Amino acid sequence: MLTDIERHELEDALKHYPDKRAGAIDALLIVQRRRGWISDDSLLDIAQFLGMTGDDVDSIATFYNLIFRKPVGRHVAFLCDSISCWIMGYEQVRAQIKKHYDIDLGQTTRDGRLTCLPIACLGHCERAPAMMIDQDVYGNVTPEKVETIVEKYK
Amino acid sequence: MERPLTRYIHPDGSPRLLREYVKDGGYRSLHGLAAGMGPKDLQRLVGESGLRGRGGGGFPTGNKWSFVPMGPDASKPKYIVANADEMEPGTFKDRILMEGDPHGLVEGMLMAGYALDAEVGYIFLRGEYHRSAQRLTQAIAEAYAEGYLGKPLPGTTFRFDLHLHASAGRYICGEETALLNALEGKRAIPRAKPPYPQTAGLWGQPTIVQNVETLYNLPHIVNHGSAWYHNLSRSNDGGTKIYGISGRVTHPGWWELPLGTTARELLEQHAGGMFHGVSFRGLLPGGASTAFLTEEHLDLPMDFSSIPPQVGRLGTGTMIVLDDQTCPVGFVLNLEKFFARESCGWCTPCREGLPWVARILESFEEGRATDDDLALLDMHAELLGPGHTFCALAPGAMAPLQSALKYFRDDFVRHISMGRCPWSNKPAQLRVLV
Ligand SMILES: Cc1cc2nc3c(=O)[nH]c(=O)nc-3n(C[C@H](O)[C@H](O)[C@H](O)COP(=O)(O)O)c2cc1C
Ligand code: SF4
Ligand code: FES
Repeated sequence: MLTDIERHELEDALKHYPDKRAGAIDALLIVQRRRGWISDDSLLDIAQFLGMTGDDVDSIATFYNLIFRKPVGRHVAFLCDSISCWIMGYEQVRAQIKKHYDIDLGQTTRDGRLTCLPIACLGHCERAPAMMIDQDVYGNVTPEKVETIVEKYK
Repeated sequence: MERPLTRYIHPDGSPRLLREYVKDGGYRSLHGLAAGMGPKDLQRLVGESGLRGRGGGGFPTGNKWSFVPMGPDASKPKYIVANADEMEPGTFKDRILMEGDPHGLVEGMLMAGYALDAEVGYIFLRGEYHRSAQRLTQAIAEAYAEGYLGKPLPGTTFRFDLHLHASAGRYICGEETALLNALEGKRAIPRAKPPYPQTAGLWGQPTIVQNVETLYNLPHIVNHGSAWYHNLSRSNDGGTKIYGISGRVTHPGWWELPLGTTARELLEQHAGGMFHGVSFRGLLPGGASTAFLTEEHLDLPMDFSSIPPQVGRLGTGTMIVLDDQTCPVGFVLNLEKFFARESCGWCTPCREGLPWVARILESFEEGRATDDDLALLDMHAELLGPGHTFCALAPGAMAPLQSALKYFRDDFVRHISMGRCPWSNKPAQLRVLV
């Protein structure tokens, strides 16, 4: 079941479109914001609300990389692996995260605190390497700075 | 030197909200409309100004608008979509504008809406731009409260509604027809053209998709006229450009400069030259899907008409610099992995070809490549080039590869002859002959 808040936010989003199913991506993002990821149950709730089939919504959910169909940690660190960050040493940052938190791209720490994912150019190339944790972007990240940054996210 | 787009943007990156924006002349373009400038007048002005699309293609904006049906028989509603997907690796110019001056986009969209008699606008924003989202949301709310949106504009009968749509990732969403599918809540697969969005776009209605930076130019054209605007540039294409540089240069960053500024000026004067101890080998002038330029091209004006098509194109104008301590093959491998991952998978050459290209490049880096692999790369650069795939993603992916094969061929060959990457200190692999 969608919660009242979710339903309310979704109805608000739908006002912007002439057609209900246009709200599918908004719906997935709204639900994910509070539940962390999109479970099969969440998917069906959304489908029912929008008058779509579960498969229909799943075909959309699985296309977009910012929609998670598997559980993620309480926080998600997105490491930019595109060209400017690669030149400026994103691989050392990745190695430091692996060393310190024992997770590589696509993995979650055992205590469920942090998931690390690769991401395409974050649009902060003038401050490469860049990393985004949840909604906060950090630039000029060095292996030495990784711990101080990540420790803000408990 | 005039910098109409970024003159007032705060150096500390904090946003300019309504009061400040209006104090510095923001929304002044609305007076022009109230004084009797009609949609056709605005269209003509934009055509004369020489404004070309800043999304990478450089298509003349006035020309693009001329295909939108106008007049009482035109199908309604018509839509304006701001392409704020900005995911081209190396590109960060639209973010600077949206974070620093969110009202500029609202005003730009109002102008486009008025010119095309389109009553609804969407800003299609990439999901990772949370700060832009927050600031645009606030700007839109302020513009509604002030009556710029949602009510007839003073002295006209035109009324515009504007919505922000946050996307959920995938580079292909920036391709304008894939974007329309994404906005309709579908998988972002490009659409067949024709019909073009101008006649049948969002929900089948006439639609114009325009890059963010393009839209920011419109109010200034309305305020100061087409001749003034055209003269801002040093070339045949009108206006200024937000250029950027990343890579191993002394001062990576962005600058608003006359269109037609040369690559050398950007690199040496604005970015302060290369880092101490590294030297320049080449650059991609406008994101990952543009061809390399090298030393011999540095004095070319960086605009849409001065770079010969057989050499390359400006793209987004945000440059990525390759230095002598970075392996050009590794550089291109990083790009091709990006394109392979971001392919939407709709057509076979791109879906299958790009991962193959990436695997071949990997074999160079790992010291397993042979002369046959070099020939295979040449073949792919040809076969995935323009005209062989459903959209421009794959040809874009081939631009840096094909040009790297031309300018840095010796480096590819050295990977083969040394049996390892010359930039890596890993020992050569034992070659097993079967
Ligand atoms: C794969 C691909 C990705 C693109 N991404 C963007 C983008 O992020 N932003 C953008 O403005 N244009 C992008 N474009 C270009 C758009 O299709 C379109 O040409 C542009 O938005 C038109 O706006 P303009 O005329 O103002 O340049 C992309 C094109 C392709 C093929
Ligand atoms: S070229 Fe690639 S991205 Fe474009 S439609 Fe074909 S598979 Fe999709
Ligand atoms: S390449 Fe990493 S932020 Fe652009």
